[in-house]
Amino acid sequence: MVSKKIELMVGFFVALGIVAILVLSLKVADSGISGNGETYDLYAKFDNIGGLKVRSPIKVGGVVVGRVSNIVLDEEDYTPVVTLNIYAQYKNFSEATSVSILTAGLLGEQFIGLHPGFMDESVETLLPGDFIEDTKPALVLEELIGQFLFSQGSDD
Amino acid sequence: MKQIHFLGQQTVNLISGLGRAVIMLTSALMHRPNVRKGLPLLLTQLYAVGVQSLIIILVSGTFIGMVLALQGYTILVGYGAEASLGPMVALSLLRELGPVVSALLFAGRAGSALTAEIGLMKATEQLSSLEMMAVDPLRRVIAPRFWAGFISLPLLAAIFSMVGILGAHLVGVDWLGVDGGTFWSVMQAQVDFQGDILNGVIKSLFFAFVVTWIAVYKGYSCDPTSEGISRATTATVVQSSLVVLGLDFILTALMFAG
Amino acid sequence: MPKTLVDIQNITFKRDERVIYDDISLSIPKGKVTAIMGPSGIGKTTLLRLIGGQLKPQSGKILFDGQNIPGLSRNALYETRKRMSMLFQSGALFSDMSVYENIAFPMREHSQLSETLIEKMVLMKLEAVGLRGARHLKPSELSGGMARRAALARAIALDPELILYDEPFAGQDPISMGVIVRLIRSLADALGLTSVVVSHDVPEVMSIADYIYIIAEKKIIGHGTPEQINRQTSPLVRQFINGDSDGPVPFHFNAAPYREELIGTGAGK
Repeated sequence: MVSKKIELMVGFFVALGIVAILVLSLKVADSGISGNGETYDLYAKFDNIGGLKVRSPIKVGGVVVGRVSNIVLDEEDYTPVVTLNIYAQYKNFSEATSVSILTAGLLGEQFIGLHPGFMDESVETLLPGDFIEDTKPALVLEELIGQFLFSQGSDD
Repeated sequence: MKQIHFLGQQTVNLISGLGRAVIMLTSALMHRPNVRKGLPLLLTQLYAVGVQSLIIILVSGTFIGMVLALQGYTILVGYGAEASLGPMVALSLLRELGPVVSALLFAGRAGSALTAEIGLMKATEQLSSLEMMAVDPLRRVIAPRFWAGFISLPLLAAIFSMVGILGAHLVGVDWLGVDGGTFWSVMQAQVDFQGDILNGVIKSLFFAFVVTWIAVYKGYSCDPTSEGISRATTATVVQSSLVVLGLDFILTALMFAG
Repeated sequence: MPKTLVDIQNITFKRDERVIYDDISLSIPKGKVTAIMGPSGIGKTTLLRLIGGQLKPQSGKILFDGQNIPGLSRNALYETRKRMSMLFQSGALFSDMSVYENIAFPMREHSQLSETLIEKMVLMKLEAVGLRGARHLKPSELSGGMARRAALARAIALDPELILYDEPFAGQDPISMGVIVRLIRSLADALGLTSVVVSHDVPEVMSIADYIYIIAEKKIIGHGTPEQINRQTSPLVRQFINGDSDGPVPFHFNAAPYREELIGTGAGK
C-alpha cells in the first residue's frame, strides 16, 4: 500500500507543477486573466495594415486600451477590416475618434494608435460594433521611398 | 551485396521493433482503468518518476536560468538593450530549454531507472510470474509507469522554466542591476500565453510520451541478462535524447515557423 | 487410471528454426505428482510455459480440464490461469514488497476478501512453509531456500488446482532441498494438488514423483512410475538415471576428430 509520505510528496510535486504553470501564465505572460475584464469590439477599415498582427496592442497616448482580435478582408471591396477589442473601462470614445497604424521605433512592431476626437453634444459616442470612419493606413517603407524617388525625378 | 543485406535487415528490425512497441503500448493502455487498484500504483510511480527527479530539475533549471541571464546580459548590454533580458530568458526557457533540457534530464534520471527496473523484473521472472498469476504485467507494471512519466515531465518542464526565470531574475536584477520592473513588464509584453507557454507545454507532452514510451519498451523488451539490461538502459538514454532533439526540430518548425 | 487434469496431445514447438519438441504427448493425472526429467537445455521450462499459455505450440493441443489452452481468448486464458500457479526457479518474488505483501498480492488481486481475512490466510500459508517469522523481511534479505519457500507460499495462496514447479531443487543445500521435497509431497497429499515437477535431480524426483516422464532429443524417451523407470533398459534412460558421463549423450560436444585437430589434417602425413 502507498505510504502517507509518498502521498504527501506526490501531492507536493503536483502542486508545485501546477503553481509553476500558473506562475508562468500569470506572472510571465500576463495574458488572459489579468487583462480579461469586460471588453467590447469596434471595427476599422484600413487601406493597408502593413505588419499589423492579431494581438497587436491598441494604444491611446502610449497606454494600452485593448488588442487587435481579428483581421479579415472585406468581401465586397477587398480592404482589410480590423476588429479592435477594447477594455470596457475605456468606453465613450467619440465618433470623431481616428485610428492609425503606427510603428514602435524605426524597426519595432506595429500597433494601433487611437486618437480620441473632441466631445460635444452634436457628436455621439462609439457603441460596440460601430465602425471607426477616420483611419490612416500603415506607412510602408517601400512606398515612401518610391514616392520620394518619384518626386525627385519630377523636379528635374 | 552484403551492405544491402545489412541495410534490409536493419530496416526490418527497426520496423518490427516499432510494431512491437506500438502493440505493447496499446495493450497496456487500452482497457478500462480500475481506479481502486490503479491509483495507488500510479501514486507510487509518480513518486519514483516525478518526485525523485525534482532535485535535478530544480538545480539545473536555476543554473541554466542564471547562465542565460549572465550570457544574455553581456551581449545585450552592448546594444543598450539589457531591458530585453527578461523576454530573452523567458522565451528561450519557455519555448526551447524548459521542455528540451528537462526531457533530456528526465531521460537520464527517470527513463534509465524505469528501463533498468522493468528489465530486472523481467530477468528475475517477476513479469512472467505476474502473468502466471493471471495479472497482466502490461497493465500492472507498464501502464502506471507510462502514465506517471507522461504526467510528470510536463510538470517538471514547467517547474524548470519557472526556477530558470527566477534564477535569471536573481542574476540579472539582483546582481547585474537590470531594473526589476522593466525585467517583468517587458517580459510580460513579449511573452504570449498561447504562442509560448502553451506551445512549450505541448512540446513537453510530446517529449513525455516518447521518452517514457522508449523507457518502458526498452525495459520490457530487453534481453533478460545483466548485459541485456545495461544495453537497454544505455539505449533508452541515447535513443530518447536523439528522438527528443529530432522531434523538437519538427515541433518548432510546425509551431513557430508557420 | 485417475482423471487427467492436463492432457498434452501431439505438440510440436519450435523456437525460431530450432525444434524443441517434436510431436510429443503426455498426460498429467489429477492429484498426483508428475515429474518431467531430462538433461538441461532441452526446454523443460518451455513445457511449463506451454501449459501456462505463455507460449503457443506450432501444432497440437494442450487440454487443461478439457479446455485447449493455446486456443483460448485472452480473458479465458487469464480466467484459467487463476486455477494454476507456477513456482519459478528464481522464486520471482516481487522485490519491492515484503514477504507478507508478496503472498497477500494474489489474494488482493483476485479475491474480494477483507484485509483481516487476508492476514489470517497469509499467516496460514506462511505457517505451512515455516516462514511465519519472516513475514516482514524483504525478498533480498532471504536466503535462496527461504525465498523459494516464500514463493511456494505465494503459489498456493489461492489454492490452485495445478502447481507447476520449475527446477525446485536446483542450487539448494541438502537441508533446504529436503524441506522442499517434503513440502511438495505434503502439499500434494494434504490438499490434493496436482503437481508437475520439472527437474534434473534424479534422487529427489524419484523419491516424490508418482509418475515420471523423461525427455531428451525432442522426444519422450521413457515414462513410468519410479520403479518402472528404474527397470528400464533403454541406454539413454540408463545414462540419465545413473548419471554416466558418456553414453548415448556424448561427453564431447560435436567436434572434428581430436587427433586431426591437434596434429592438423594437412601436416598429418
